[in-house]
Amino acid sequence: MSVPADLKYTASHEWARLEADGTVTVGITDHAQEALGDIVFLELPEIGRQLEAGKECAVVESVKAASDIYAPIAGEVVARNDAAVDAPESVNQDAYAAWLFKLKPANAADLNGLLDAAAYEKVAAEH
Amino acid sequence: MIQKTPLYDTHVAAGAKIVDFAGWQMPINYGSQIEEHHVVRRDAGMFDVSHMLAIDLVGCESKAFLRRLLANDVAKLTVPGKALYACMLQEDGGVIDDLIVYFFTDTQYRIVVNAGTAEKDLAWMRLVAANFAVSLTPRRDLAMIAVQGPQARERFWTAFPAARAASVTLGVFQAAEWTVDGVTWLIARTGYTGEDGFEIAVPVAQAAGVWQKLVEAGVNPAGLGARDTLRLEAGMNLYGQDMDETQNPLESGLTWTVDFKDAARDFIGKSALAGRQAQGNLRVFLGLVLLDKGVLRAHQKVVTPKGDGETTSGSFSPTLNQSIALARLPAGVAVGDEVQVAIRDKLLKAKVVKPVFARNGQSQL
Repeated sequence: MSVPADLKYTASHEWARLEADGTVTVGITDHAQEALGDIVFLELPEIGRQLEAGKECAVVESVKAASDIYAPIAGEVVARNDAAVDAPESVNQDAYAAWLFKLKPANAADLNGLLDAAAYEKVAAEH
Repeated sequence: MIQKTPLYDTHVAAGAKIVDFAGWQMPINYGSQIEEHHVVRRDAGMFDVSHMLAIDLVGCESKAFLRRLLANDVAKLTVPGKALYACMLQEDGGVIDDLIVYFFTDTQYRIVVNAGTAEKDLAWMRLVAANFAVSLTPRRDLAMIAVQGPQARERFWTAFPAARAASVTLGVFQAAEWTVDGVTWLIARTGYTGEDGFEIAVPVAQAAGVWQKLVEAGVNPAGLGARDTLRLEAGMNLYGQDMDETQNPLESGLTWTVDFKDAARDFIGKSALAGRQAQGNLRVFLGLVLLDKGVLRAHQKVVTPKGDGETTSGSFSPTLNQSIALARLPAGVAVGDEVQVAIRDKLLKAKVVKPVFARNGQSQL
């Protein structure tokens, strides 16, 4: 299981990265893709949608099951990874390269409330 | 109680992801479910199906017992080793289980039932058997391995050359015993994938050795995940999902397994099914192919001009590279119709097809 030290995490297995332009990129963790198995479909939020922290905003479907993705923090969707929609297996291949969407945070400081890599590793070990 | 098959340690050593299935610790995959699926369609894969239960039936009234117990008629079985797929019904026509029965002689049969229903099945069989001179013996001393795929039989013979003579002439749905060093295997040309292959029953003590020999012969281990997508593509029902005690076989795509021909035969559930048939308006059990993007799952609402229906099994089809489902739909819905499936907050378009999507390595659409 790979858990890069420079990312922030949620207990629901999303990762978030603050970019230089102030946007936040969101994806699912390596642990999550491993648990889901072969991913075959992604449903991503529309650009412009306002997301609430902790609320469902996307769906990742593997052969096995559908899994909801939750917004790590509040913000507006400013980009979605349509290349990943066209090749959902890319999330299995590299969950940190195949991001799902980017949002403009309502408050960038909200990121501080997320888990760091060490804390997430503990969560992932239990689930 | 959590149970393990004799191959549990073998699966763990091979890196399998283990899940609970009907109370059994079973491999769901050994890495990629989709790759395991393709291997079975294109070459040869194998499944540990030791969680299923073989029950030996002996006694002078065995045939009469089975003709009462099962909706399909074992009188069709006249060639030793020949197998029959059948449903065991409640009096009200609900399905207790689906099973395979192997005929050896009129006084000797083997029945193979699902894992999750094994105890319930055995209790029911014993209740019915009280009126017949038969005895039922569950065979938990056997392990079962399904070797499936276009190359399955060849690879099996590579692993066990001495078994070739005993199994090379087997027709589809036919089995033969093979005895070597005083140990007897049952080799059956049956399966649950829509591919050719064998299902073999061997003593528990030999299971890991047999598995290893098959691996060495190039048979790829495959988990329950691939088994489910393979059987769904092949249009084969899964008990507990596509039918159960609340559904009758006539509305579960299993009319072909209900044999009314011998008017003198009174199988359990017969009068209920005949009544249901006379009533008419039977729901149809058909396939769906999703035209929009998404993944069909079990228990999604299907909206049709004739009323609402429901998907009973659904998944992504690795062979077709699109999503498919089995569905119970209102009477009057027919192959070729376009319907809508409710997935989350959307209604997605799907086409109604015959419930066979892929077999023998290719699309059947």
